[in-house]
This record gives sequence, C-alpha cells and structure tokens, in this order.
Amino acid sequence: MGMPITIEVIDAAITQDEIDRVFAYFVSVDERFSTYKSTSEISKINRGELSPADYSEDMQTILALSKQTKEETEGYFDIQHDGQCDPSGIVKGWAIQNAANMLKAGGFRNFYVDAGGDVQVSGYKDGNLWKVGIRNPFNRSENVKVLALTNRGIATSGTAIRGQHIYDPHNHDMQLLDIVSITVIGPNIYDADRFATAAFAMGKKGIQFIEKLAGFEGYMIDAQARATLTSGLERYVLHK
Amino acid sequence: MKKFTVAILIIGAFIFYSLLYNHSNAVALPNNPTVSNSSSSSSTRSSANGNAQDSNGSNDSSDSNDSNSSSDSNGSSNSNSSSNSNSSSNITYKDGSYTGSVADAQWGNIQVKAIIQGGKIKDVQFLQFPNERNRSVRINESADPQLTQEAIQAQSAQVDVVSGATDSSEAFIQSLSDALAQAKA
Repeated sequence: MGMPITIEVIDAAITQDEIDRVFAYFVSVDERFSTYKSTSEISKINRGELSPADYSEDMQTILALSKQTKEETEGYFDIQHDGQCDPSGIVKGWAIQNAANMLKAGGFRNFYVDAGGDVQVSGYKDGNLWKVGIRNPFNRSENVKVLALTNRGIATSGTAIRGQHIYDPHNHDMQLLDIVSITVIGPNIYDADRFATAAFAMGKKGIQFIEKLAGFEGYMIDAQARATLTSGLERYVLHK
Repeated sequence: MKKFTVAILIIGAFIFYSLLYNHSNAVALPNNPTVSNSSSSSSTRSSANGNAQDSNGSNDSSDSNDSNSSSDSNGSSNSNSSSNSNSSSNITYKDGSYTGSVADAQWGNIQVKAIIQGGKIKDVQFLQFPNERNRSVRINESADPQLTQEAIQAQSAQVDVVSGATDSSEAFIQSLSDALAQAKA
C-alpha cells in the first residue's frame, strides 16, 4: 500500500508480538492486493493469469464487497478502470477494520490503527476520547478541525492541491469549484473509507450523499478553502 | 435622475462582478510548496507513565516488505508526526520549466511541472494525475440548506492522530521536490 501505518495500544497487556502480528497482517494484505507488485494476486488477475475459481477467499470477499459498494453508491464506487481491477479504494478500510478486530480479539479495548490517514479509534486514551485532527489539505502541518471520537472510523479521501487545472468536462469555460478532500466519520473504518471514496468521486454532491447516510458525518473542503459540514458533525467537534 | 440611478446600478453590478470574478479565480496553492518530506517515519516518545505499554511503528511496504515497529515497555507514546521541515521561501530558483519525476500515488501516477519565473515558482501544472479521480461528475448546483459552510481555520489543539489524504499529496510533493531540485542545480 506504500503508506505509513501506526498502531497505538493503551492497554497495558499489549506485547510486541501482538503488534508484530498486526503489522504482518498489513504486509500480507499488501502482497495480495497491491497493483504495484507484479507478483500480487491482483496483478495476476489483471494479466489474466488466474481464473475466478482460483481466486483466494480474501479476493472473493473484496470483489463481493466492491460490487455491493458500487450498488450502494449509485455506481460512483467502481474498482474497474480501463479494464483493470484496482480494489485499493476498499482494501485499506477493510484491512484496518480486520487489524482492529485482531486487537479486539486479543482483549484490547483502547487503541487506534492508522493506515495512511484512515483511522479506527477504539476506547479511550487515558480516560479521554481520542483527539483526531483533520489535516489541512493546503498545509500539511496544520489541522483544520479537531474531533473527539471513540469507537469510530474516520477516513479522508482527496488530494492536496486539486482543482486549479481541472475543468468540468460538461462546461469547459467554467473552472470547477472543486472538492479537495472529504472526511467521513462512521461507525467503523471499513464503511467510513468506502463511502469517503465514493463521496469524493461524486464531487460537490458527495457531502449530501453522506448527509443522507444514517450514522455518518462528513467534512468537505473545496478549492476555495471552504468547508461544508453535515448537520450532525458538530457533536464530534472538540471545542477547547 | 432615472438615468443616473441606472448608471449607478450598472457600475455597481460591474464592481460586484469584478470582485466575484477575482474571488473565483483564487488559486489554492499550499502555503509551503517547497515542503521537503520524509514520509513513513514515526517516532516513539516516552513519558514517565508506569503502567502503559505502547507500540508505535511504521511500515512502508512499497519500499520493503519488512515492517519496523518499536515498542517502549515503559512509556506512553502518542506521536505520529511525519517529520516535515517547512523551508522558508528565501530560496531562489533558476528560471525555466522543470518536469518532476513520476510519483506513485497509489491510485495512479502523479507528475508535475514547475514553472519558475523571476526566481520564484510561478505555476505548478499536473502532467499526470490519477484518472479515476478526474471522472466526469455532474455537479449538483443546488446546495442543501441543511448543510453549513465555514472557512477552514487552523486549530491549535494537540491531537493523538490525524486523518488526511496522504496518498496523492505524498506523490505530489515527491514529484515537485524533484522538479525543484533541478531548478536549483
């Protein structure tokens, strides 16, 4: 996946072995799903070297989840691009979720798992809710919002600096008031991540898609550095 | 008198339009386009807290398959700051246009061209950008009245962890850094 992964466990019983096991899991997911590794299962599938009957169980799960997500997002979530299959938009959240479940199964309650800016937080840190920042897409060293969360997934889809050279294909004269990033908070990281990916592909109406989803909140930033908030986001916002 | 009122209205409308037009062309460049970045590093910081054991590691599997994680049996760690150093804008570059390296953005490739004029970055253009994110989207112009808007504002509160889209921005910085390294030479 080519991204930093950070795990913090507060529970005193955590051991290095447990942590290593979770990191090893992320490595195994990467080995299977990275489209940048020629030896990965997904690369073999894209080269036509594997027939569906030979797909691993995980691959079948991901393909089924991708299909389901596509249906739930009016087709905006799609892992097929130019005849190639790239499920990275769903694998990351799914892998973080599985990693969190591994820790829970080990009896740990208070932790977070962060893979490339998508985070599952569980329990508390020293009795407080986890303080989660939303990074400023225009200045990486700043946060533009601080949320207090427990037992939630938070995922951001987008890029820094998008929009200046992007135009609406239906209306070439008009520069798109484009969306730079959308952050989605949901009951778990798997759902937050896949819906953030779909919402970002929807452009401006992505935030309204999140607004309509029960149990999800969103924070969208456009190229003019304006944010649009869903109606229930405020309850997560940490006010000093 | 009527003509005068109409004239004022027209001039007013023109000024209003000019202001609006200026505003809509504001370019969203980051404040520090010359951020030098070292990604995927995380540090472990200890504090005197006797009963917690944490681990904080980083894994960049695009470089290697092994994950390195470190554990501090006696501390509480909470730092996950990628070590960015924001260089100030005193650096001057040689005029010209410089094409950066193609950088892997997880969703596809990113490549930028930096245009230097008068020793400063005049423009940064995307030569490659992940395609699936540029897919045509019909824009729903009608804003939902339930949704509130605000200008984004830097927050000073300390956080435990940060959510952000790191994938393409890392690649952007990589490609831009490469272009600017050429401009310096």
